[in-house]
Amino acid sequence: MTINAAASQQKHPGGKPALELVCPAGTPAALRDAVDAGAHAVYCGFRDETNARNFPGLNFSRAELEDGIAYAHARGAKVLVAINTFAQAGREDLWQRAVDDAVAAGADALILADLGVLAYAAEAHPAQRLHLSVQASASTPEAINFLIERYGIKRVVLPRVLTLPEIADLNREIACETEVFVFGGLCVMAEGRCLLSSYATGKSPNMNGVCSPPSHVAYREEADGALVSRLGDFTINRFAPGEKAGYPTLCKGRFEVAGRPFYVFEEPTSLNAASLLRELVNAGVTALKIEGRQRSRAYVRKVVSDFRRAVDALGTGGEPAAAATDALSDLSEGSRQTEGVYRKTWR
Amino acid sequence: MPARKRMRIASGPVLFNWAPEQWRDFHFRLADVEDVDIVHVGEVVCAKRHPFFEPYMAEVIERLFASGKQVVLSALALAMNRNERSLIDSITAMAGEASASEETADEGGEGEGALIIEANDLTALARLAGRRFVIGPFVNTYNALTVKELAHLGAVRICLPPELGRQALSALVPAMTDIGVEAEVFAFGRMPLALSARCYHARSHGLPKDGCRYVCGEDPDGLPLKTLDEEPFLAVNGIQTLSYACLNLLGEIPLLKDMGVSVLRLSPHATCDMAEVAAIFRAVADENMAVAEGLARLEALKLPFPFANGYFHGQPGAAWLKPDPA
Repeated sequence: MTINAAASQQKHPGGKPALELVCPAGTPAALRDAVDAGAHAVYCGFRDETNARNFPGLNFSRAELEDGIAYAHARGAKVLVAINTFAQAGREDLWQRAVDDAVAAGADALILADLGVLAYAAEAHPAQRLHLSVQASASTPEAINFLIERYGIKRVVLPRVLTLPEIADLNREIACETEVFVFGGLCVMAEGRCLLSSYATGKSPNMNGVCSPPSHVAYREEADGALVSRLGDFTINRFAPGEKAGYPTLCKGRFEVAGRPFYVFEEPTSLNAASLLRELVNAGVTALKIEGRQRSRAYVRKVVSDFRRAVDALGTGGEPAAAATDALSDLSEGSRQTEGVYRKTWR
Repeated sequence: MPARKRMRIASGPVLFNWAPEQWRDFHFRLADVEDVDIVHVGEVVCAKRHPFFEPYMAEVIERLFASGKQVVLSALALAMNRNERSLIDSITAMAGEASASEETADEGGEGEGALIIEANDLTALARLAGRRFVIGPFVNTYNALTVKELAHLGAVRICLPPELGRQALSALVPAMTDIGVEAEVFAFGRMPLALSARCYHARSHGLPKDGCRYVCGEDPDGLPLKTLDEEPFLAVNGIQTLSYACLNLLGEIPLLKDMGVSVLRLSPHATCDMAEVAAIFRAVADENMAVAEGLARLEALKLPFPFANGYFHGQPGAAWLKPDPA
């Protein structure tokens, strides 16, 4: 038995895990932390506009990606490379090169969103495993099966707007694996089709890989001690003295509609579906995605190891440790967590 | 250089939940507006609204055909449940006749008497692949790779996302001409910015989505959303979020024309004389009216929302850079 196979066996006792844990790696150090903490797979991106977490100080050079893949593979973990923004007109070659380089580096899968980039990858690298990014906004069997037929995608990352019964239905009707978000930031809009951030800042998630970018955030303290958070030229929230203030992500802001100030789109909650793992397995889900390539190494270590314990408990027929759920509640962005739409609380 | 075709003017699909008779009469009036060449018909935002318009659909389409318009049937922008999927199915099923009866995508009088379908999500695209169709602004078309792929699947015209600026358009539109796909640009109206599984109209009224009582019908141009500083910012329209400001690319028409844009899309609003808006855009596109005069006439309409053109100039989409009078 080779070292790799031994490591792999050690990581997945009894073979395939009940759920594959796909973890964020914003930096090479975070990649190593995530792998060490028990990630079955990590996802990362190049240090440019080809990925949807294009923040200063994050992401990978070509050489770093190769090193990261070697590190992960030696420990039985996979590396998925996210090239999940939409290629900019006139600069398409940057996206094509990202595809070529990720394939050359030995990526286990590419996570793509742009139909043009998908078509390129499928044609230029027919043997490469492709995943459909959540940014592609494919939410029906018709759309997903079409993309499977046309580009050979093997897995689809589902929008964070589907309920558990909808996910179960979908899995019965599609011919590929599904991956769902279980922890971290929660997009309330159809992913990949939201221009709110660029409307306020000029910087686009789809084209520049940034949503509500820090470069356009400002805080202002008012005479009464209230803290106002702004994005571009717009006030996103106002916190009374003593109220816990949050980052001005546009869709988590407080606005006024019909004279009433409230969280019009979504409260500043973050997603935690740790209590739903059994139901996600039953719904036919293959992989769990943890959001947060922009988060700290300590965060990654904590979340990954807690979720790994929960997933292992599932695999041995036990219940996912309730302890994981409790410990994780300290880590979310706002003070509150939600199981998202999975429980159908929105409808 | 070959003589450029005349730019055509399109009316986008009505994005709002108007009273069914108002919806019908609006389209009847459009049939008589000479300045509009292409009319989009169909519910794009919420499948639950469709049954109200459905009884008038055939009548509206016939009337538009009779007056020589190209009629585009727009499909839903976001689908998840069976109701939404079957609406897309029934709309895209009508594409069969279109490909059979419509031989040429030629100048001006294109497609008289033929119905063409507009895909606004990947569900509709999947259904239409291999036939002849158009792509709406809700499908992400950002670059030539995607245009090539969509053309390969059968797209003959693509309405580009409103966030594309001058730089991107200058690269993309000529590439589209080379590929043989017409470029349409969203040029007037509140900009579609986001879609959600959640209905913000229902939420704003404290109602669940499934029991929404169709409250979106109270706001025929959308429900204004202000910042806590009382600054108007966005507009809620059911599951859709629009800009508060009204996109206005009148001043950019000469540049769009130079790039090779074929069609300008005007998005219908209730508090706005769309025939007059179309006349102004038509006159400027035909170079029968100066931009400054067109702008003055648009301003004279006293729309209840300000103009914006920031995206085009690489600025936040909400910005308004008043066109240079020269």
